[in-house]
Parts: sequence; structure tokens; C-alpha cells
Amino acid sequence: MNLRRFPVMREISIAVLVFLYVPVIVLTVYSFNANRTATVWTHASFDWYLRILANPSIRAATWNSIVLAGTSATAATLIALLAALATRRAFPGRDTTETLLRLPLILPEIVVAVATLLLFVSLGVSLGLGAMIAAHTAFCIPFAYLPIRARLDGMSGSYEEAAQDLYADRFRTFRRVTMPLLWPGVMAGFTLAFVTSLDDFLTSFFLSGPGTTTLPVYIFSAIRAGITPEINAISTVMLVISILLVSLSFFLGQLRR
Amino acid sequence: MTDAHAVTIETVSKSFGRGQSAVRVLDNVSVAIGRREFFTLLGPSGCGKTTLLRLIAGFETADGGTIRIEGADLTKAPPFHRPVNTVFQSYALFPHLTVEQNVGFALEEQGLPREEVRRRAGEALEMVRMQAFARRRPSELSGGQQQRVALARALAPRPKVLLLDEPLSALDLKLRKAMQIELKQLQAEAGITFVFVTHDQEEALTLSDRVAVMQGGRILQMGPPRSIYEAPTHRFVADFIGDINLIEAEALAGGGVRLAGGGVVPVPGATPGRVTLAIRPERARMVAPGAGVVDATLVHSAFLGTAMLHKLELPDGGSFLIREADLSAPMPERGGRVGLCLPAEALQVMQA
Ligand SMILES: Nc1ncnc2c1ncn2[C@@H]1O[C@H](COP(=O)(O)OP(=O)(O)OP(=O)(O)O)[C@@H](O)[C@H]1O
Ligand SMILES: [Mg+2]
Repeated sequence: MNLRRFPVMREISIAVLVFLYVPVIVLTVYSFNANRTATVWTHASFDWYLRILANPSIRAATWNSIVLAGTSATAATLIALLAALATRRAFPGRDTTETLLRLPLILPEIVVAVATLLLFVSLGVSLGLGAMIAAHTAFCIPFAYLPIRARLDGMSGSYEEAAQDLYADRFRTFRRVTMPLLWPGVMAGFTLAFVTSLDDFLTSFFLSGPGTTTLPVYIFSAIRAGITPEINAISTVMLVISILLVSLSFFLGQLRR
Repeated sequence: MTDAHAVTIETVSKSFGRGQSAVRVLDNVSVAIGRREFFTLLGPSGCGKTTLLRLIAGFETADGGTIRIEGADLTKAPPFHRPVNTVFQSYALFPHLTVEQNVGFALEEQGLPREEVRRRAGEALEMVRMQAFARRRPSELSGGQQQRVALARALAPRPKVLLLDEPLSALDLKLRKAMQIELKQLQAEAGITFVFVTHDQEEALTLSDRVAVMQGGRILQMGPPRSIYEAPTHRFVADFIGDINLIEAEALAGGGVRLAGGGVVPVPGATPGRVTLAIRPERARMVAPGAGVVDATLVHSAFLGTAMLHKLELPDGGSFLIREADLSAPMPERGGRVGLCLPAEALQVMQA
């Protein structure tokens, strides 16, 4: 049966798309509204963007988000790279290891966040940037792992055999052949992990300490005081960065296939 | 210890898998390949040719036996310690490096100075007439060009032995014929031992100094192309290489072999019992009925351009091919009776 022939299918699809994208578009448009009342349009301006640049809390939250995402994504990518290389050859328990590596993708985040919070509290670990980096690294691993793994699976083992045949030992083979061929996958994995950490609210909210507010946490606390055009502007910035980074990750994943 | 051989393989076996599901891919294989020899492994798909090549290159380790290269026991040595280079079936050119960097790869690994690397990579590319493509990426080359680069890359470090796994199989027929000639010339010029894998019997016969015919992980017969072609010792070898007539017969106690429904041919040396006689189509002749060792019926004749191919039916129902190069020879009518002359020196007796 062709679903497109089904009478109301077309209408339903349009409704879903409108429902998905209209709020985002409205938010973006109103971030350029000169009027302070978020729902009354007067004329276009960049005021709110200049305003958020000058806001010290937003600047601190941005800096925290970048440090957190940069550190967690780097650590997660390193671990994912080692895991992908280690699970290349068959060994007993390989399937289990792979499942465990991908599992965090489907675990409910609230459960993991609460569990992590309980763990850190019971261990006496103080909340703050350190705890956040540890937790973010953990949930970013599968996002870094998948593109690297895809790259590795698509790579013929004969390149490495050829390198060894041409007198490169294992280390030189890794440096001159494996790594350069794997590089786009590693970058794609890093980018994806970075976005994932950047956009995370729940885990950061549970684990942040004084002075370690991230952008999503800042936005959440700010809207309790009412929706302001600054929120629209900062949300738009996050939206654009996320779209750019995810596109970059996708592009890197497709590179020189 | 000095060794006159480039590669010596002694009683090498190899199985894949463990326990119940283990498959023995090579079974007690022994070969000695001479210096500067063009040696070919020939056999049907899955007979273990690639596995044997990979054992010589060091990508697989033998379960038992020894592999020596220029006299040195390298059975356990990793690939990067073997003076051997491989031309892969898929070429395996590094996609992130230029043609020149590909060819210079091994030279850099050997620690040669940059100038020397460039000079020798250039030389190797010149040898395969690819110097004009030095700055391109492999993805910007045609199949035939990639093949040449793969060859240049493997030859650049001047290995003692070059291993080639069906290097021509991805090329179309015309290019393939041209590359065959080039390969043979290159081998003669470079003075390197070639171990060549193919499942194309014609290619094997044209190129090789010696051919080993493999089946099911064993070498059935090994020798110069001519002796493999003219004196196959196994039915499988006879069947695999070129057209051949196989006739069921019986070896007699007093010497000689009796054909089913026919006379006795005087071939010596067969142990009495059931045997198979083998003869190439171009070695048998048609004579007047009754004048040959057995009479047959002419079923069909076809003109091949340089010869006639006659298909005959034997009294026991078996078919028989004759290739007649003399186009002026008298041609019997279709359906007519003819005598079959089988010269004793052209007959090969194989225990059935
Ligand atoms: N890594 C492996 N694991 C398990 N079985 C293998 C492995 N490599 C090869 N084999 C098996 O060993 C046998 C011989 O393989 P091999 O590649 O040597 O054949 P081949 O003669 O090169 O065939 P072809 O002409 O098709 O290339 C095959 O039955 C194959 O399935
Ligand atoms: Mg093969």
C-alpha cells in the first residue's frame, strides 16, 4: 500500500512539520524584534544579540559550556577511538562490549542523571565542573563511537596489510595509514559529541555547582522569570551552532568514502 | 647456509577456524621456487592460492612447516621483516597519498634520504610508464593505471620476491593481454622472482617458467607449462588445463591399453586395471575407417579460423574432439564413419 495515496496522510504530514518547525521559526524571528514584549513585532534590530554579548552571566555560562563540551568531547572521542580499534578483531565478549558501548543512547537520561548524582553524593564527590565533565564524557562516548566505527567498518584491511608489506611496523602503519584514513570519522565523532554535550540540560542541571551554570541551565532558570528577547537570541545562537556542527559531522562522515 | 632457491616452502599446513568447524585450507604443501623464476599457482576458486601467497607475505602464520626466503627461515617473521612485496588483487593503493607518495612509501620506511626516495620512486614509475601521473590520487586513475602504480609500488624497494595475487583479473581482455606481456618483460628486466596467482589457465601457460596446479589445498602437479599441458598426471589437471579427450580404457597385463569397443594401443608402463587415457584434440588424427585404433562417427565440424574442430562419437557413446590445423586435409561427411588414430607418444595414461 502506498501511504501517500492515503486520503488524510498529506494533511497530517504538513501538520506535523508545521508543529515541529513553526515554534523554532517564530523564536528565531522574534530574536530580531526591537520590542521588549516578546509577542508584539515592531521592527528588526540586533539589539538583543548585542545585549547578550554584554551580559556577564551569559558570557560565563557560554564559557562553561564550551569548556565542558570541549573537554568531554575530547575525552569521549579518545575513549571511543580506542574502543573502536579494540573491538575490530573478534574476541569472546565482543558483541556484549559493543552493545554496552551503544546502550547509553537508549537509556532514559533522567535515570542516568539521578543515578550519577546519587553516586557522586554518596562518594562525597563535590558537584561542579569536574563531576559534569565525568558524566558528559560518559554519555558522549556512543556519539563519538558510532561515526568512528562506521569509518572503520568501511575501511578495507588491505591498506594496513599493504603498509606492513611495504616495511612499516605496527606503529608506523597506524600513524601513516590507519589514522589518516580514520581521521574524518574521528572528527565527525568529536563534533557530534561536542554538540551533544553543548545541548545537554538534564545532566548539567543535576550536577552543576555554584558558578558552573551552562547555557541550557541558564536559559532554563531565566525563563522562570518570563520569556525575554534575550532568551530568543541566545536560543537562536545555540540553534545555529548545533545545525552547523551536525552538518559538519555529517559532511566529515561522508568524506572520501 | 646458502640456498639456490628464492622461496622454499616445506610441509606447510594451514587451517582456519577451531575445533569442529576447522577447515584445512592448505595440506602439507612443499614447493621450492628458484631465483628469477616466474612461478605460477593455478587452480580453481577456493583451492588455497591466496592463502599460500599470504603465508609467504606473512599476513597469515602457518600451523606447521617452514617458509624460507633466500635461505633464511622467516616462518614466524612479520610482513615488515620479509624481503617480499605484494601486488594486491584490489591494488590497495593508499587513497590519501599521491601516486608518487604511494610508490615512495616503502623507500621512506627503509629510511632512505628524501632525494633518494624521489629519484627511485620516479624510476619505478618510469618503468611502468606512469611518471606523468605522479601527482594524482589513486582515485583519479583508471583500473589499468592503478594496476601499474601497484606494480611500481611493489617493485620500488627492489624486493627479492614479488607476490602477485590475480593482478590482472580486474582488467578487460585487451588490456589484460597487453599487461601480460609487460609483466613478463618487467620480470626479465628486474630479475626478480615472481610468484603469480591466477585461475586463468591460458595466462598461467603463457607467462610462467613453472606452474603448480592446486586443488583442495594440495599441489597436484608442478612443472613447466609444456609438461603440465602435454603430460598431465591427474585427471583434474588434464581437465582443468585446455581441451582434452578423456577415454575410459583398460590396461592389459601384457602391456598396452584396450579401448572400450576398439583395439589396443601400445602404451607401456600402466599397471593392469581400469585407466583413463588422455589426449589433446590437436594430437589425434582421423584416418580411413578401420585403419585407426577405433572407429567413430563424425557428429559435427566447426571452422575456428586457423583450424577445424571435429566432434566425434565413440562406440561407447563418449564424445571426442579433434583439432585439425591442416585446413586442406580431406574432410569426411557429417554422420560418416572415420577411423581414429591415437599416436602412442601423445597419449597420457592416468590411473582412473
Ligand atoms: N580468514 C579466513 N577464515 C576462514 N576461512 C578462510 C579464510 N581465508 C580463506 N578461507 C577459506 O580458505 C579457502 C581457500 O581460500 P583462498 O582465498 O586461499 O582461495 P583461492 O584459491 O585464492 O580462491 P580464489 O581463486 O577464489 O581467490 C576457501 O575455502 C576460503 O573460504
Ligand atoms: Mg584468491
